[in-house]
Amino acid sequence: MFADYTMGELGAIFAMQGFAGLILFSVFVLMALGLAIIFGQMGVINMAHGEFMILGAYVTYITSNLFADYLPSLFSIYFFIAMILAFFVTAALGMLVEWSLIRHLYKRPLDTLLATWGLSLILQQIYRSVFGAREVGVTIPDWMMGSLPLTDLIEVPINGIFVMVLAISISVAVYFMMYRSSWGKQVRAVTQNRVMAGAVGINTERTDRLTFGIGCGVAGVAGSAFTMIGSTGPTAGQLYIVDTFLVVVFGGAASLLGTIASAFSISQAQSIMEFFLSGSMAKVLTLLTVVGILMLRPQGLFALKLRK
Amino acid sequence: MFAKDNKLFSTGDIVGFVVLAVLIFIVLPAGLDTFRLNLFGKYLTYAFVAIGLVLCWGAGGILSLGQGVFFGLGGYCMAMFLKLEASTPEATKIQSTPGIPDFMDWNQITALPMWWEPFNSLTFSLIAVVLVPVIFAFIIGVAMFRRRVGGVYFAIITQAIAAIMTILIIGQQGYTGGVNGITDLRTLLGWDIRTDEAKVILYFVNAVLLFVCLFVAQFIRKSKLGRILIAMRDQEDRVRFSGYDVANFKIFVFCAGAAFAAIGGAMFTLQVGFMSPSFVGIVPSIEMVIFCAVGGRLSILGAVYGALLVNLAKTTFSEMFPELWLLGLGALFIAVVLAFPNGLAGLYKDYVEPRLMALFKKKADDGGGRNFDSIKAPAE
Repeated sequence: MFADYTMGELGAIFAMQGFAGLILFSVFVLMALGLAIIFGQMGVINMAHGEFMILGAYVTYITSNLFADYLPSLFSIYFFIAMILAFFVTAALGMLVEWSLIRHLYKRPLDTLLATWGLSLILQQIYRSVFGAREVGVTIPDWMMGSLPLTDLIEVPINGIFVMVLAISISVAVYFMMYRSSWGKQVRAVTQNRVMAGAVGINTERTDRLTFGIGCGVAGVAGSAFTMIGSTGPTAGQLYIVDTFLVVVFGGAASLLGTIASAFSISQAQSIMEFFLSGSMAKVLTLLTVVGILMLRPQGLFALKLRK
Repeated sequence: MFAKDNKLFSTGDIVGFVVLAVLIFIVLPAGLDTFRLNLFGKYLTYAFVAIGLVLCWGAGGILSLGQGVFFGLGGYCMAMFLKLEASTPEATKIQSTPGIPDFMDWNQITALPMWWEPFNSLTFSLIAVVLVPVIFAFIIGVAMFRRRVGGVYFAIITQAIAAIMTILIIGQQGYTGGVNGITDLRTLLGWDIRTDEAKVILYFVNAVLLFVCLFVAQFIRKSKLGRILIAMRDQEDRVRFSGYDVANFKIFVFCAGAAFAAIGGAMFTLQVGFMSPSFVGIVPSIEMVIFCAVGGRLSILGAVYGALLVNLAKTTFSEMFPELWLLGLGALFIAVVLAFPNGLAGLYKDYVEPRLMALFKKKADDGGGRNFDSIKAPAE
């Protein structure tokens, strides 16, 4: 199968597929970070996570239209403002959802799953009514178009690099929030021992609401980043949700490093296999491998030792 | 929580079974035209899945989000047989390779694949309808329950399996019919399944099978096995420490649920006349869970009503207000979980049954009243 290619071409193919894998990796990381906070730390299964992402994408879409209509001179930087807006809008919705729905179900994780699935159906229908059933795309600023030639065989798209940089910076930000801020300390304390955390004076209810909100906010930023590489439709969130959950579970639910490691291995495996097999078979094989490994090692790659 | 006596049927159960039997065997066939009856037959095939979920989820505490896989496997086994019967060399002589299903010909496949061959036999196909999904469930069950994967993780992994299955079926177009599924099914051993008469007969076959499954499920629930399942759901460790092999019970009930779903799938294929990946994936699998949740996750009869009502509502509302249907379905999910965790059966048990009993008690002047304690949501 390799006979038709020269060594140089093969190297270029692997490099390009590897880079495509890196973009997929950034996408997975962005999607999974929010879920790693919500599912990994709080143990809440949020099936509406994809819809929160889509909300971020729609916020970006609206912002881009507003800038194009009213502030065309600042159009090249609209994206940064859109991202901040996306974070706050989705975080606000997330906190509302936590207050009205999730907090009644902390003791019944399987029921949370069904309730948030219902929420995702409702959100999808709202998006469809408001934005229409067709996919919408945003206009990308000029500086993000085109690609960067590395050698004469290898080219990398600029928006891909941008998404990658974004994924890295958000991961770093989440890391500092979780492991270096007092909020992060509280969140981890509540995860590890809710009763004890309450006893030492942490307001567990407020921590839960804030955690859920921030998790959703990160999802919103992820959705915002998606508009750079693809279009957004009302049901796009549902396509990602299984992948995202698998990434988080595979990585080991409570481990941030695990989430990133698993996003990396899954995305690289998939994009390299995609070159040799059809896209659907590559996906099937990747998912099967992940499910197989999870059957052998249910706690995931990086397990946090916890006293239950 | 279930009846305290060890009899297979308590008085309430007998009344419930008789009422359902009257509804399914007499009221529906008498009151509906063939088209609507066929539609109800289709809804009832989902009831099979819901009964399986009552055993797995309500009694056993195992939430599977991949029941669509078993429904689909059963349905596909049936559809493969019917498709081969419809693809005789005479019927397909315009193809470049006569005698193979049309979608294979469209995908440049020139010979029937090996694993399709056995489906020329009806006996093999009928056995495969149950056996293939059960073996599949057994493999999943052994792999997961032996390693004590449960709860949320099990739900997510079964959901991933449903996703894999759909991608696989759609991707392998030449062997499975792809996204359109296996369509244009005509006859079963020469008997045309598309006529009105055949539809009525299939409805009754379906109804009889449903009651067979109901009886099996009732037996499982009332046997010692059923009580171990409930104990396992509520306090898994204590059951394990008492010397029971928890994994085996879970594997058994998961396989039973898969078998029920598969029978439903096969009947679906026969009554609707096709099978496609849209009944296999994540969305249909979760909808099947909501049938069970609306009916009442603890009640097998409730599951049947749940499947009927939700599907009836789906057909009615999505015809009249397509916009509102998804909102309604979403709200239903949330309402069932937040307000009525035991569904319709829970409402009946809490409000209707005590009153009915009080009414009867007064007439019979029976002093020793039975105590109907309300069902609490299962702890998870």
